[in-house]
Amino acid sequence: MNSTKVGTVGSYRERGQWQHRVAELRRLDWTLVLVVMALSVVGALLVRSATFQLMIEQGKDPESFLKRHVLNLVIGFALGAVVTVLDYRLLRAYVPILYGLACVGLVAVITPLGSTINGSHSWIVLGGGFQVQPSEFAKVGLVVLLAMILGEPRDGEIGPGRKDVLLALALAGVPAALIMMQPDLGTTLVFIFVVLGMLAISGAQKRWLVGLVGGGLAAGFAVWFFGLLKPYQLARFTAFMDPSADPRGAGYNAQQARIAIGSGGAFGKGLFNGEQTGGHFVPEQQTDFIFTVAGEELGFVGAAVIVVLLGVVLWRGLRIATQAADLFGTLVATGVVCWMAFQTFENVGMTLGIMPITGLPLPFVSYGGSATFANMIAFGLLQAVHVRRRPFD
Amino acid sequence: MNSKTHFRLLVLYVLVGALLLVLVGRMWSLQVLEGSHYQQIAAENRTRDIVVPAIRGMILDDQGRALVRNRSALVVSVDRTSLSRQKDHGTGVLKRLAGVLGTSYDEIQKRIRLCGPGIKRPCWPGSPYQPIPVDDRVDPKRALQIMERQEDFPGVTAQVQAVRDYPKPEGAGAAQALGYLQPITQVELDKRKGLKVTGYSGVDLIGRDGLEAMYDADLRGEPGFRKVLVDSQGRVTGTAEERAPTTGGNLVTSIDAGVQGAAEKALQGAITSARSQGRKADAGAAVVMDVQTGRMVAMASYPTYDPGIWTGGISQDEYDGLLGKKKGEPLISRVTQGQFAPGSTFKISSVSAAVKDGYSLNGTYPCPGSYNVGSRAFTNFEGQGHGDMNLHTALVVSCDTIFYKFAYEEWLRDGGMKPRKNPADPMVGMARNFGFGRRTGIDLPSETTGRIPDRGWKKSYWNATRKADCKGAKEGYPQVAKTDPARAAYLKSISAENCTEGYVWRAGDAANFSVGQGDILVTPLQLARAYAAVANGGKLVTPRLGVAVVRPDGSLVRRIGQAPPTRLPVEQKILAYIRSGLADVTKKGTAAGAFQGFDFKRVDVAGKTGTAEVFGKDDTSWFASFGPVKKPRYAVVAMVAQGGTGASAAAPAVRQIWEAMYGTKDRKPLLKNGRLPTELPRPPADGAAP
Repeated sequence: MNSTKVGTVGSYRERGQWQHRVAELRRLDWTLVLVVMALSVVGALLVRSATFQLMIEQGKDPESFLKRHVLNLVIGFALGAVVTVLDYRLLRAYVPILYGLACVGLVAVITPLGSTINGSHSWIVLGGGFQVQPSEFAKVGLVVLLAMILGEPRDGEIGPGRKDVLLALALAGVPAALIMMQPDLGTTLVFIFVVLGMLAISGAQKRWLVGLVGGGLAAGFAVWFFGLLKPYQLARFTAFMDPSADPRGAGYNAQQARIAIGSGGAFGKGLFNGEQTGGHFVPEQQTDFIFTVAGEELGFVGAAVIVVLLGVVLWRGLRIATQAADLFGTLVATGVVCWMAFQTFENVGMTLGIMPITGLPLPFVSYGGSATFANMIAFGLLQAVHVRRRPFD
Repeated sequence: MNSKTHFRLLVLYVLVGALLLVLVGRMWSLQVLEGSHYQQIAAENRTRDIVVPAIRGMILDDQGRALVRNRSALVVSVDRTSLSRQKDHGTGVLKRLAGVLGTSYDEIQKRIRLCGPGIKRPCWPGSPYQPIPVDDRVDPKRALQIMERQEDFPGVTAQVQAVRDYPKPEGAGAAQALGYLQPITQVELDKRKGLKVTGYSGVDLIGRDGLEAMYDADLRGEPGFRKVLVDSQGRVTGTAEERAPTTGGNLVTSIDAGVQGAAEKALQGAITSARSQGRKADAGAAVVMDVQTGRMVAMASYPTYDPGIWTGGISQDEYDGLLGKKKGEPLISRVTQGQFAPGSTFKISSVSAAVKDGYSLNGTYPCPGSYNVGSRAFTNFEGQGHGDMNLHTALVVSCDTIFYKFAYEEWLRDGGMKPRKNPADPMVGMARNFGFGRRTGIDLPSETTGRIPDRGWKKSYWNATRKADCKGAKEGYPQVAKTDPARAAYLKSISAENCTEGYVWRAGDAANFSVGQGDILVTPLQLARAYAAVANGGKLVTPRLGVAVVRPDGSLVRRIGQAPPTRLPVEQKILAYIRSGLADVTKKGTAAGAFQGFDFKRVDVAGKTGTAEVFGKDDTSWFASFGPVKKPRYAVVAMVAQGGTGASAAAPAVRQIWEAMYGTKDRKPLLKNGRLPTELPRPPADGAAP
């Protein structure tokens, strides 16, 4: 990837600001750029495949979803570029604002301003066909905020102290609680894994990690025993245990998703040729169940390529975390990796029937403005850390 | 970077790699190892077998006029299974549907609930897995609203279907003979082999009575199927495979719509006129039979109903009306299921029995006003004496006392109160030969046998009632005694007699039997067949409604056979003698009044009146006839329960039927040259959409 020639080569000290920027461009992780672009293109094709027949049936423009998705991607890349170019260390100044905005958005969502889509009260409808899902942006806010708190330069200490950990937990707990109230179990789980991962990498003491995992398990049992889960969440869990128990109800998605993917076989039925997809057997197929389109139309080979591409994203993310110039950069990259890794595993896993169904999109592939923007900002964060990596690399 | 962070980053590498490996491994298992399994499920997922119901065959009269046909109806139906999967169990959908159909939610809810104990109509008696029709007379515009807005009406379908239609040609209803359809029950559905018409609402119907039930297999046809491609909403996107249904065969019957209409009209007239004379006249029947073949030309039963009410759900009121006593149980065919004492019409059997037993055919016998059977005096109708007469006159004037004498003497010869071992009972034996006391074997379900109250029947009846009688004999009737001590004493003595010797075939039983009174019961169909046997020279035929099953194009599927007739053990000269006696009944006998001014040159009609006494009720009015006397073709029998004398109610109805068949000087005959068509008719176009 380093053989790609971009701009003029030279020492940026001798050049002006413009040349300086071009030189930084050379320091981008081009593998990551290409992989994210590849995922975006594949995602766009799958979004089109999942929607064009339905649009034709409804007498609408068959490409309407594709067009909007491409627009989202373009905006997303622009956002990512801005984040890359910004000195991420400057972000610290904006992080409290970002965090505050995310929390305000999350509060707004649970007020009558919010809208319920698919049983989850996660959206703010802006009108004109635009809607915002604040929880997606809250993920970005969380990652940067935790990185700031846990990555504060310390003297002599290896990991963050008790005060820092408690502050981090408290600040993560507020948006997590708000998201839980929507209710959006999937995003809450993302928060938990991001917090766990970042705490671990920040060098926090083992007892914090053990305590958190133990507390989480205890909370899970409490939720189960005291019936705090919503009936639909319980139904999803039961359906996850035995999808054939209620094939038309809660288990329907799981069952249909598995049929779509399984029927793709080794090589798939060809892009835009999925019969399960064309027949709209799987609900939410352009968003949370986009992977079923890949499974059916591209087969094992195509779907595995997508998983591998996502794996490359995670690998590059971890590599960026390892090479970051400071702990703040390492933690930002770690947070993004934990976020993307859990979301990938959960999303693909639920279509394969090894995870319960929650409403999480597949990073860089699923349709959806807020998610695309948040993912691209995260991608920009990774690049920003990478551009300013330690010089010996 | 400190070593702790570095180590933990390595752990994270491994963790992420492991998670991705799990995903790929699972994909390998689903797509590569189990791929073909899921491909098969997917294929089943995407196609649906739709059974295309066959159009049920028509029921035609002898000239090819449809008595039952099909009409296209837009049927809106509701799928219970699909409703139950909805969050609110379909409440919202049904409320919207009620709005479109202009009915109420409660009304629709009632129609789709399942019938069961304690559930009133309307309710769904068929399989719960079939779509349930809620309205079959939907305005196309409203149906279109439902079809276009399927997303608002999940589980609701609107389809063009063929439903039963009863055009009543020439006023011929024949409701009881035609029968009706009802949704097939789950049990019946499971038993049925081959394709089951599920998924198409209310079409898998089964004949529940009458010809619809008897010839269900012929009429039903063979459903076809279509394997269609569907999307997740069940919307059809194409057809993969198709087999057209085979329309059911048309049933050609021997019913002549014209004669049937005339018979129904005549019966209705007789009922109305009897009621105007203060009679209750609560039921009736009129039968026209071809005496040579046993083919049924007309079968009218009163009270009757419109079988169209079975189509598309029946209300509780309508259902109660059909089954309840209040409206006279119109489902019951009085022709095949009505059982009444035949009165003097029974004398054709008694004359045959007496002559066979040795009484001279040309002898002269006294006909006093009353005859002592044992210690009890049995009287003629209104106690009238006629002096000495031959059997011919006995039939013409309907003398009873001659038959009492025959019966009493025969009873004495059998040993009287101490019967010999194998009593001859000639009158009972002859009644059996005439086909009374057993089913005629007509091609209709639930025919009744009537009753011959012979010695065996008396004994079993005695066994069943002895307890009550002995109680009455012991304790008397104190309730009755308060108001009428004489009657109480009489009842007590009767009970005492019945208690100790109620099983004995007494002289009075024999006397009553000889004139068709007492415990004997016959159906109008049995009586028509008996008269047909007298008319045709002694052939006891098996009555038939069905003639043939033909395809829609008119080609023959099969002719409907019948059991060969049995022979009456009665000499031809006796039958001829009876015929001539009956011929005079309409001219100078008991029916002369009813047949006054009848054009006997057009058709010479012979007959016999019957007035059967029923305990606690008005008399049953009978008239049984055949004609033309020289070359008999038809037997016509009418009965009016609680209608008064045979001459006053039934005989005029029979006369009207004959006049309709053969015409009068003011009216064109229904029959051409006195004959009904013998060729199979061409069926009419059905007109109903599949």
